[in-house]
Amino acid sequence: MGDDTWKDLFPGAFSKAFFFSSFNVKDLHTVDNGILEHLYPTMDSGEWDVLIAHFLGVDHCGHKHGPHHPEMAKKLTQMDQVIQGLVERLENDTLLVVAGDHGMTVNGDHGGDSELEVSAALFLYSPTPLFPSAPPEEPEAIPQVSLVPTLALLLGLPIPFGNIGEVMTELFSGGEDSQPDSSALAQASALHINAQQVSRFLHTYSAATQDLQVKELHRLQNLFSKASADYQRLLQSPNEAEATLQTVITELQQFLRGARAICIESWARFSLVRMAGGAALLAATCFLCLLASQWATSPAFSFRPLLLMPVAWALAGATLYAGLLTTTSLKLDLVVLGAVAAVASLLPFLWKAWGSCRSKKPLPTLISIPGPVLLLLLIRLATFFSDSFVVAEARATPFLLGSLILLLVVQRHWEGQLLVPKLLTIPRLGSSTLTGPPRHSGGYALRLGIGLLLCTRLAGLFHRCPEETPACHSSPWLSPLASMVGGRAKNLWYGACVGALVALLVAVRLWLRHYGNLKSPEPPVLFVRWGLPLMALGTAAYWALVSGADEAPPRLRALVAGASLVLPRAVVGLAAAGLMLLLWKPVTVLVKAGTGTPRTRTVLTPFSGPPTSQADLDYVVPQIYRHMQEEFRGRLERTKSQGPLTVAAYQLGSVYSAAMVTALTVLAFPLLLLHAERISLVFLLLFLQSFLLLHLLAAGIPITTPGPFAVPWQAVSAWALMATQTFYSTGHQPVFPAIHWHAAFVGFPEGHGSSTWLPALLVGANTFASHLLFAAVGCPLLLLWPFLCESQGPRKRRQPPGSEAKGRVRPEEEEEEEEEEEEEEEEPLMEMRLRGAPHHFNAALLQLGLKYLFVFGIQILACALAASILRRHLMVWKVFAPKFIFEAIGFIVSSVGLLLGIALVMRVDGAVSSWFKKLVLAQQR
Amino acid sequence: MKDTDIKTLLYAHFLCIFSVILSVLIPSFFMEDFSILDTHLTWLCFCSLFVTSINLVLYLVPKPNASSKRSSLSHKVTRFLKCCVYFFVSCFFFHVIFVLYGAPLIELVLETFLFAVILSTFTTVPCLCLLGPNLKAWLRVFSKNGVTSIWENSLQITTISSFVGAWLGAFPIPLDWERPWQVWPISCTLGATFGYVAGLVISPLWIYWNRKQLTYKNN
Repeated sequence: MGDDTWKDLFPGAFSKAFFFSSFNVKDLHTVDNGILEHLYPTMDSGEWDVLIAHFLGVDHCGHKHGPHHPEMAKKLTQMDQVIQGLVERLENDTLLVVAGDHGMTVNGDHGGDSELEVSAALFLYSPTPLFPSAPPEEPEAIPQVSLVPTLALLLGLPIPFGNIGEVMTELFSGGEDSQPDSSALAQASALHINAQQVSRFLHTYSAATQDLQVKELHRLQNLFSKASADYQRLLQSPNEAEATLQTVITELQQFLRGARAICIESWARFSLVRMAGGAALLAATCFLCLLASQWATSPAFSFRPLLLMPVAWALAGATLYAGLLTTTSLKLDLVVLGAVAAVASLLPFLWKAWGSCRSKKPLPTLISIPGPVLLLLLIRLATFFSDSFVVAEARATPFLLGSLILLLVVQRHWEGQLLVPKLLTIPRLGSSTLTGPPRHSGGYALRLGIGLLLCTRLAGLFHRCPEETPACHSSPWLSPLASMVGGRAKNLWYGACVGALVALLVAVRLWLRHYGNLKSPEPPVLFVRWGLPLMALGTAAYWALVSGADEAPPRLRALVAGASLVLPRAVVGLAAAGLMLLLWKPVTVLVKAGTGTPRTRTVLTPFSGPPTSQADLDYVVPQIYRHMQEEFRGRLERTKSQGPLTVAAYQLGSVYSAAMVTALTVLAFPLLLLHAERISLVFLLLFLQSFLLLHLLAAGIPITTPGPFAVPWQAVSAWALMATQTFYSTGHQPVFPAIHWHAAFVGFPEGHGSSTWLPALLVGANTFASHLLFAAVGCPLLLLWPFLCESQGPRKRRQPPGSEAKGRVRPEEEEEEEEEEEEEEEEPLMEMRLRGAPHHFNAALLQLGLKYLFVFGIQILACALAASILRRHLMVWKVFAPKFIFEAIGFIVSSVGLLLGIALVMRVDGAVSSWFKKLVLAQQR
Repeated sequence: MKDTDIKTLLYAHFLCIFSVILSVLIPSFFMEDFSILDTHLTWLCFCSLFVTSINLVLYLVPKPNASSKRSSLSHKVTRFLKCCVYFFVSCFFFHVIFVLYGAPLIELVLETFLFAVILSTFTTVPCLCLLGPNLKAWLRVFSKNGVTSIWENSLQITTISSFVGAWLGAFPIPLDWERPWQVWPISCTLGATFGYVAGLVISPLWIYWNRKQLTYKNN
């Protein structure tokens, strides 16, 4: 009776139980009063063998008020009275054991390893005198593990196999009236049983693992065999002197204590050297990420050694180490080998860093993270060191994200770029600091920021509570629809989910159409047009089947089962096909060559022009563009166009990001299938959120035409924060019980048989969906988006109010011109600016990747440091270690995804290059 | 800018700090079991009231802004009403922002709203007193190089420090110390108060320290 933890630990073990909720630490009395109500009646009824009463008031009082509070005195007095009452009711064959499971610090808390926390009182009482003499003034401290064998033997039960405790011999003296000899004999036999069990355990354990010290083990075995022999001799000749008995007891006790010592030494062992080495390695890597991200922008930076040098050095280091080991004939440890290789691969960088450090630049110029962002990052890192914050990370991350967003907005206002031109009339001193006229009307960034906050908050509604916070209620929306009762609500939710799906699809298509990406007859575009709706349809149908599987009529059962097997696989297959198509032909540019006759409103039907190409343009692409652009300007001004030839290339300006967004959507569908239905709303929010965030960030980034392009730190930090936030809002927690195991059965309703990697892959994809989506395909968008947004701002402002019709037409023709004359923002080059400076483009991609890895790397570093520094903390296995594991796997997923995303961009880049070549060749013919 | 200006500013700020202290002391004289933590909402009301009244007094007495030329009664009344409207709008705006930042939407509405009120008291009321219901002027003051007097400069500093204090106040909430002040929104209101007081203390000092570098356009 009492603490309901017993119920969870030993379900069904009690014949009669009275449990009370134990989690509310502020509640001092519910549990205790509940016990007191039932304790004495149960005792008096006599229907029990073991009665456990777990009081919690003192513990809670310690947490709430501390040990020196009047409440504590009251509570202790109450406990005194309880014990007195119990003692009065005890019968002669009953033993009362009063034990605390821990002490408390001066603050009343516990969980650490200080003396105050780990020592507790133990009080044994029986109406039959237990101790032959008066107990000593300073009783010896008894290890908590010794309670197990003592109580087991006293109850007449075998000692549990895994026990390494030692029986309390005093309890086996057999009462006052017995002979001293026989009492000693009883003690010896109890000890012997105990020692036999421990010996058996040690034997089995040392056979299974090798982490016990062999020499010490041998000594213990010898001790045990000698003591056993003595004991046997004693049994055969019971008239031996008392001295032998005492020897036997001492030997057995020595054995038990030795066994415990050897186990403690072996089990609670942390390799501090390896911990420190790993942390140092991580730290060095993060530092190098930071440095390399700075180097990447310098014009003399070359990429080839970046890959070759570390590999060469790592191989050299690994061979050297292996050679050393074989010469000294030591055991080869793969982990250490990998570490050595990693260290060796870092060496050239460190050397370079040292050189550059010494030569010219001071370090602070290298580390260019702006102050507020650095502060936010530091706060985020510091939170990993507190178990409360790790538990509350699901709420802390949106908070930090919101802070970062508002910071961005406020910063833009502070620098006078937000509302200045509209509202500020006073001529200002700082107007010269403006890099250019603001590209958006007033309040634009503010609206984006508020929208982002709203999305973040809404996504926070899908929140799964960690088990440590009992007051929190998990969102009911995380459960699958199949678990819902009530048809109407279920149908409504189903409609909402399908609506989210459709909205996602429509949004992506609108976006692509807006940038003119849905025009070409290339296969990827066809896939976007037809494959994506098909995938959505498949997903919706699958949800319908799964959520209503139990209600299906029996005749259709087989059909439903078959469909729930086929549908997810079909969606995944479609997704894979889509990705393949995208990789095969990433450039979906529609080339249209038309006569340059002055068209006024016929732009509305741009397909109508007869494709004629003339050969009088023997120049390269820029000239083509110029002509095209001239033609466009002519159209705009309704004058005659000058160029006799036009080549209209649609969507070239968004060629990179169109591929990225398509890939993102294609990836999102299979990931969506792995989640519960209602998570689709979160995915919709996620897309919306990243869209808004990208716009907000893009609004703050000035475009430097010739390069170097750079993604600011705040963008990368916000992106990483959002990845973490989405991890939580898709119903995950960094603890093992919270993993969505059901994801393994999507598409495999019958299970997987013996294979483990496929379910692991499915569950992993479910758990790290946000990392995958954000890092893999999303991250390069951070670089690309400012160029996309370039198309809108100036245009809106330039347009006279009368020409709205044209304004609507023009975005369809996202023709990109390499422009060589007049003002910069006359015609947007958009992403073609990136092609103008391939070196800067590559450097920016590398820098982006490095920055992202850095942000995630320091997170792991903080997690690892927290887990190693707090390795004796109560919560280390419950909070810190799982957090570290999740963070590490998330990092691996992120970096793999990042590489894939960047590879996709590079693939598009290569395809665009070949497309240009083809175009030029075609023109020359 | 003269040193006397800074001295006036300092005295004015001492009065504001005094009002915050008074809001702790005075209610305990005529109210049983008044304490900041236990009867937090009452204290919030008192604090808001005291700070507002001191700000009004300061506005009426030294007149740091002699801008309002027209002084007809109807104009004054409209101005006052406008100020009230601005104050309430800012309260609701803060409330919405708190909810967006993760405050509970349905539970503890009164607490959240009173937090919004106290934060408005620390930020909006001085703005209203100094700048009047003039959004353009506000936006000008809170941008780079936008201040035109030490009063506006100190307003900038106190407002920002109030916001930062409220923001920092949110951090102890998840900790498992089980202290009574960790409950929403007590830590945030306390943080805002401390931030406000710190801003009041810091801004004269900062202005005094940097009086050589500070050049205002009007002066």
